[in-house]
Amino acid sequence: MPNPEQCRFAKTHEWIFAQGNQATVGLSDHAQREISDVVYVELPVVGRKLKAGESCAVVESVKAAFDVYAPVSGTVTEVNQELHNDVSRINQSPYEKGWMFRLEMEDPSQWSRQMDHAAYQEFVKSAASSH
Amino acid sequence: MGREKMLKRTPLYELQKRAGAKFVDFHGWELPLHYGSILQEHHAVRRGAGLFDISHMGRFWIRGPGAFAFLQKTTSNDFRRAPVGRALYTHLLNERGGVMDDVVVFCLRQDVYGMVVNAGRRQVDWEWLRTHTGKAQMELEDVSEESAMLGLQGPSSPKLLEGFCPSALALKRFGVLQTQYDNQRLLVSRTGYTGEDGFEWIVSRSVAPSLWERLLALGEPGRLRPCGLGARDTLRLEAGYLLYGADIDEEHTPLEAGYDWVVRWDKGSFIGREALERQRENGFSKKIRGVKLLEKGVLHAGASVLFQGKGVGKLTSGSFSPSLGVGIGMGYLEEKLPAGARVEVEVRGRRLAAEVVPLPFYAKGK
Repeated sequence: MPNPEQCRFAKTHEWIFAQGNQATVGLSDHAQREISDVVYVELPVVGRKLKAGESCAVVESVKAAFDVYAPVSGTVTEVNQELHNDVSRINQSPYEKGWMFRLEMEDPSQWSRQMDHAAYQEFVKSAASSH
Repeated sequence: MGREKMLKRTPLYELQKRAGAKFVDFHGWELPLHYGSILQEHHAVRRGAGLFDISHMGRFWIRGPGAFAFLQKTTSNDFRRAPVGRALYTHLLNERGGVMDDVVVFCLRQDVYGMVVNAGRRQVDWEWLRTHTGKAQMELEDVSEESAMLGLQGPSSPKLLEGFCPSALALKRFGVLQTQYDNQRLLVSRTGYTGEDGFEWIVSRSVAPSLWERLLALGEPGRLRPCGLGARDTLRLEAGYLLYGADIDEEHTPLEAGYDWVVRWDKGSFIGREALERQRENGFSKKIRGVKLLEKGVLHAGASVLFQGKGVGKLTSGSFSPSLGVGIGMGYLEEKLPAGARVEVEVRGRRLAAEVVPLPFYAKGK
């Protein structure tokens, strides 16, 4: 499983880890902290075709629901069923046990156009200071 | 960009910030939503204890020989049930029987009462009470700004207070007493909004930080936690307590809210009585009911509830219940729905299976 330095990040706070044209998607550590305790998750159906930027999953904390967006276009090949038994994995292990779904990427070059970890950290910092 | 809004802060803001609080705007107050985890704070209060800053709530004094009669007239409960040293939960009603606010009033002396009101209703209540003062021999004072209010809630709170505030342990539920802290007057009552045993203090603004730190130091970290508004809401919802502005408002009466017990018919006249009597005779169609999900999910205010495919009302509060591990909510639903009725709740276009359940969702020791 990836460490954050090996991932790319969307502005909507999903991480993507690519191996060939397979991508694994989850929520960044920053996002899980902001959301705090996740108590419910809705995952996409295997086989669903997603466009980059399309809303495809939902995580809910005690207070609010958050949409999760497909960071790249592709077809869902697998979802993390373990999350239905223990959704707190998203908080406790955002880059490993908390992964959400896997995609067969349509265009693997989309992945490399997302922010790397350093750029994402800058992005989070500048978003925080503009409030 | 946008309008800058100056939020009010309680005297505990700096301490909370240092403790890692995530703040939220609550009726113009910058208050902790949580200190990292609503779930952990919730469980601390159910299993150990939690410390709340409730300084945002409004605090009024009502003093004078006419105070008792004034409270009998302006609220629905009966102050013959609140002798010196007792607090009473009551509703301020308008002429239509609608709830102006739900408040706790405590009697310190025969002619001295304190009233704790909701932060978002402080101004409205103040003006409402002023217009009904008339010739009554009494005065009203708003001391919200110069005082602070703390709550210690949870089953271990009496034990924690043994060495620190033993006089409080003699209090029964809804008892109140006056004592000293740091040479300043302090009020402590055995009250709360969590469904657990607990205590609440009213102190001057200046001593609030030291009281906060001393109370927190009474427990082990993890077993006694500072708690934010997030846990306050999940705890009160499980306990079936109403939230003003969500579950009750000027358009709904205490009868519709299922709070018949705050209306004392045997006490004589009070504002709103005639309207309530008419409603009691004519009946009404919707009443606050509890709803519990039968599948995974979280409920939120505004969600539609359906029975046999037909809309029967909307939720006014909803959440995930940390104690029960399911989504729960309450709202004005058809009064005729039997307890246990299978219903559906619309969540993001999907209909989730749920059932109508009696309130509260959670009761201590159950």
